This record gives sequence, C-alpha cells and structure tokens, in this order.
Amino acid sequence: MYKYDKIDQQIIDERVAQYRDQVRRYLAKELTDDEFRPLRLQNGLYIQRHAPMLRIAVPYGLLSSTQLRKLGNIAKQYDKGYGHFSTRQNLQLNWPKLEDTPDILAELASVEMHAVQTSGNCIRNITTDQFAGVAPDEVVDPRAIAEIMRQWSTFHPEFALLPRKFKIAVSGTKQDRAIVQAHDIGLEFYKDAQNNIAIKVWVGGGLGRTPILGTVIREHLEWRHALTYCEAIIRVYNLHGRRDNAYKARIKILVKALGIDEFRRQVDAEWVYLKDGPNTITEAELARVDQYFEPMPYETLPVNDAGFDAAISSNPAFAAWAKRCVHPHKQPGYRAVTLSLKPHGKPPGDITSEQMHVVADLADQYSFGELRSSHEQNLILADVKLADLFTVWEKARAAGLATPNIGLLTDIICCPGGDFCSLANAKSIPIAEAIQLQFDNLDYLHDIGDIELNISGCMNACGHHHVGHIGILGVDKDGSEWYQVTIGGKQGNDASIGAVIGPSFSAEEMPCVVKKLIDVYLIQRTDGEHFIDTVRRVGIEPFKTHVYAK
Amino acid sequence: MSQLIELKNGAASIITDGWTLVNLPASQVEERKQAGKVVLFKLTGEQTVTEEQISGTAIPATGKIILPLSVFLANRNALQTRITNGEVGIWLATHEVLEELANAVADLNALPIIAIFVERFADGRIFSLGNLLRTRYGYKNTLRSFGDVLRDQLFFQKRSGFDQFVIRADRSANDAIASLNDFSAPYQGAVDEPQPVFRRYNRGA
Repeated sequence: MYKYDKIDQQIIDERVAQYRDQVRRYLAKELTDDEFRPLRLQNGLYIQRHAPMLRIAVPYGLLSSTQLRKLGNIAKQYDKGYGHFSTRQNLQLNWPKLEDTPDILAELASVEMHAVQTSGNCIRNITTDQFAGVAPDEVVDPRAIAEIMRQWSTFHPEFALLPRKFKIAVSGTKQDRAIVQAHDIGLEFYKDAQNNIAIKVWVGGGLGRTPILGTVIREHLEWRHALTYCEAIIRVYNLHGRRDNAYKARIKILVKALGIDEFRRQVDAEWVYLKDGPNTITEAELARVDQYFEPMPYETLPVNDAGFDAAISSNPAFAAWAKRCVHPHKQPGYRAVTLSLKPHGKPPGDITSEQMHVVADLADQYSFGELRSSHEQNLILADVKLADLFTVWEKARAAGLATPNIGLLTDIICCPGGDFCSLANAKSIPIAEAIQLQFDNLDYLHDIGDIELNISGCMNACGHHHVGHIGILGVDKDGSEWYQVTIGGKQGNDASIGAVIGPSFSAEEMPCVVKKLIDVYLIQRTDGEHFIDTVRRVGIEPFKTHVYAK
Repeated sequence: MSQLIELKNGAASIITDGWTLVNLPASQVEERKQAGKVVLFKLTGEQTVTEEQISGTAIPATGKIILPLSVFLANRNALQTRITNGEVGIWLATHEVLEELANAVADLNALPIIAIFVERFADGRIFSLGNLLRTRYGYKNTLRSFGDVLRDQLFFQKRSGFDQFVIRADRSANDAIASLNDFSAPYQGAVDEPQPVFRRYNRGA
C-alpha cells in the first residue's frame, strides 16, 4: 500500500497543528459555533446527540495492520473501546471528547492517517472496490489513481468550500462494486482499443434526499487527464451549484437542471483551459505511485489444497462460512476473506478494540499485513492462502468475526441512525438488530440467498437505502419514528433506485414486513433466481399486496 | 489598526489601506426562504443591484476608489481621467459573473485593483473567481478579498491568486497572518504555485 514520504508526512503534521490551533481558538471563544462548524466538519468532527463523532479517513478502504492496531488503541484510550466502519469505508468514533481530538489526530498522523475532508462541503474520501488488486474480474487496479486523486483533492484551494459535499468513487472491474453511478463523480477504468488505461466518467449521481443515478459525461478520458477533467467539472459546480438551498446543492441537481448536454458543454469549455496543464498526471508519477500497489509476493501454489477440500467436506460450519465469506482471487491458491462485522443482534459495522487487534494479527500472519474496509461495512483480508483458510476461520470465529452471512439478508448495511446521529429522523441500528434476530437461522438465510438490505435513519441516505434490494428509510411523522420501505434498488453496472411500496411502518412491524417480502419472493422465485431478479421480473405489486393485506 | 494584510514577494505584512471602498446604498431586500430556511447565498448571475442604487451611489470626488462593478460601468466615461491615472478599481461580489467584467473592460490590467466581496465565509466561489482572474483573464495587479474574511480561508485565497486580504473588523489581522503559511508544500498546482508536487520534487519511491 502507499507509504508516506516526507512531503505527505509534513502535510499531515501541519494539518494536526492547524486543527489544534482551530480547537484552541474555539475553546478560547475566538471562533463562534458557526465559524468553527465548517472547520471541524472538514476534519470529520460532528457534534452529535451524546458527544462529538470523529470520522477517520481510510483512503479507498486500505489499512495496514499497524494502522488498525492504532485505531484499536485510540478507540480504547479516547473512546468506549469500539469503532464503527461506515459506508464510505471510513472509521467513526462515537464518543471522543472535543478537547482530545487534536491528540487523536496526532496519534493518527504517527501511522500515516488523518481525518481530512471526511465531512463538510468538500471532496470527500475517495472510495473503491474492496477487492481492488485481487479481483479476477479486474481490468485496471484503480488504487494508484485513487491515491493520486487523494493527494490532489487534499486541501485543493479552489474546492475548499463547495456548495455541498462531493463524493468520488473509482472502479476498474467488469462488475462494478463501488457504486460509481451513485457518486457525484464516478470514474470507471477500462482498457481502450489501444490497450491504454482509459476512464468512463459518470457525473451527477447521488443518493440522499433526491436519489439520482449518474449520467456518462465522457465515454473515453485518458488517465493522465483525470485531475484536470475533474477540476473542470468541479469548477462549473463550484460556480453554478445551488448555494441558496442545501437540499438542492448537490451537483446532481445542477446536472439535471442544465441537462447533461449543456453541462458537458460548460465542462468542456472549462477543460479547454485546463487540459494538458500542470495538473496533468505524468507517467513518472503514475509509475511512482503504482509501485506501492504491485501484486504481493505470492507463492506459486496449486489451484487446489487437499486440506481445505477435506475441511469443507467434513465441517459444515466451515463450509457455510467458506461459501459466503471467501471470494475468488486472481492468484491461484489464494482467496480474499470477508470478516463479517454483522453478527446477529449487534450494530452493523461495529468493531471492538480487541477485535481490531485480532484482525491486525490475522492480517500480519496470513495476508501480508494489510486489510480493507468495504462500503458494505465489513473487513477484508485480501490475500489468504487456501491452506490457511481453516485456521483463519477458527481464529475469526473465536473473535466473533466469522458470521457466515456475507451477501445474505443479515449482512445489513446500516447508518448509525438516531441512537447517535443528530441528523437522523429515526433509529436504524435497533431495526437492523431486530431483523437479524428474526432471521437468525442460517439454513433459512442461505435458502433466501443473495440479497442486500440497507437501512438509513434519514433521507441523507448514509445507509444507501435507495440501492438496497430492500431499502428501509427512517422518517419522522408528528414526532414519532416510522419506516418507509423500498424494493428493487440495486448497486452495480445495472444499478437502480428502489420503489416505495406504500405507507410507512412502525419499528415493531419491520421484522414482520421484511418476512412478508421474503415470503412473496420464496413463492414467486424461479430456480436460482435472486430476490432482486424476482422483483424486477414480477414488479412490486405482489409484494405490496401481501405486505398490506388485511 | 489596519485590517489589511498584503502579501508581497512571499512576505506578508499589515499595511495602511490607500483605497476607499465605495459601497452601494442599502436597498430593501426582502428575506427569502427555501425549504423553510432563510436563503443565505445569492445565486450566481442573480441581478441584485438596482438602477436606484447605482445612481444613488456617492462617488468621492478625489482619491483612490474601489467602485462596485455596476457603478463603475455606469460612470466609466465620466471617470476616464481618474481611470487613466490609476485611481479607480472595482469590486464584485461572489455571485457576480466575470464574463460581464471581461466583456466591458478590454484590458483588465488597466485596473490597479480588483476586490471580491465574500458575504459569507462558506462561499467558496471566491476561490474559482480568483483563479479565473489570474489564469483565464491574465489579471496581474492587486487582487483583494474583503467581507467575511477570516484567517482559515487565507491559505486557500492565497493559493487562488489573492494578494490582499481585509480581515473582518472584529478579528486580529496580526494573528491571521500566520495562517497564510498553514501548509508549506501543497500537493496540487494552483495559482500561486502552478506545478503540482510531483512536478516540483523528485519524490523517488
């Protein structure tokens, strides 16, 4: 993974000093609440229901074991001994003290980490596929360009105070796993006819209050122009985005209002001046950064491992785990492993300090000292030998990290919701827990098969409910908490936004509502058909009818 | 004590302001709401200055003056001598568009100073405006920010081509100077340093 040089380290150290002084001025009342807000937000610090929340950046979801141990120690020393992985692959601490946050940042800086631009109206953490570099369907490893873009977007002076937040995702696989179509800018890497790295650029996607899938603004962009072309897009947005209404301030509203053709015309008119300028990425820079993402020093291994095969046939629990939590790998004899942060009845995405240490040890022993966080809020060991899987499973299981539910109904994507977040209209974690307990039967879960259930506690959609096969949105009605249900959303190349099935439900009704949706699917499905495909084939009516039947 | 910081050859100091900023007379602006909230930012290109305001603006008879763009455009013939003598600059707000200025003034460098008024700290349009004036329109003279200007914008404003900053009256300009140098080696190319870090240094690997 990328390692800081003196320049990177200096910028992060200077950031700690800058932020420390901002906190000092705030506490000394030299900054008002309103003046401090944009400053603390750009450092990932929210003032929440119970305490501040600090969002720590995990650039494109990549972590070293050293970094994870540090996060575990920080959670222990400055928080309540746990953290929460978010749908932007970041780690959130729910209970730090404002006064401690500069020290936390200094600790982070000591392991090449930070909280820069994890919130606020600026370019946020760039996200990607959790299997980048190891996925068999990968065409281009997008991590080097993601790192180059991380550096470019860090304290970009022109885009420091945008109309609204700005999210970029990069992906280089045949099957999109980074939801590029649901981002302000989505960069889809591919090899063009000349076998050069090219980018298909999507713009104006986003979830939130007005869910819109992105539109292709450019089919073919040479990789070297990634920064200048994004600058042209963001400049048009910075100047013309709706600052008068926070709910209409995302770039998607501007793109819709102008129409993609006019928006493209304006972007191209700007790009004329920026194209081939100094921010054009050089071959040398790409090569420099690429070196950090070269394939791991893999051993040459046979495709099969007898020990693994024996364990699969003799141990049903291991086999169930391997079926859901082990993923194919480019390199023969290796697999990627998802460690589930979704044990039934616990907040999705939460992880304790002790578990962080266990995962760090597993990474060191079995996966070259690295791991990834996914936007589905799990952790991934990307490079595990087939022969080590059984041991990894045993150790992960002992630490509560081996629930065999990846991609199943209880692998719920969920925001922190009303228990923590002051924006939320309703709680989300208790709904997730209730659904997990309702479906706490692995055979039944495996029979239901691949399905994505996403929960957001408000229309800001941190739980990405619009692209869940089943989406649950917390809404406020006359001061009480209700839940609106959508079905038919999907991430991926054929992404779609879910449709609302009808009036919302109380929290108590939710597990039963999900049960009824599943019942309809089980009756309607054809052989091998997944929930989403059934919804797409039969439409929402049968589901609606059954759920609302008296 | 002056609130004006000037950046010259990389060194910042507080200087006495030789310019008189001319304001438009106050107008009756009704409070607007969007989605239940008071609108804080004007839309880009929104016409906010009335003919009455332009004709009602009191232009000082002597001295160096910074006029609102609209007042400048309405009075440029009468002011020709003073313009030639370098006594007239203009200011515009962050919601005004540069095309109007560029279309009206053939040689922007005939203006010794352009100032940009930022009504609210969070309005980042000022950075694009600075960048465009310096790069697209080739403006070489003094570029000043004023309004809700606080120290934590200064580094970004400097990188966007500004070289004078009027710190909001209730804050110390002296303290603010330090923030011009919050970061010593920025990553990306911008106006003050067009080369990105990967073109400035051999970063090896």
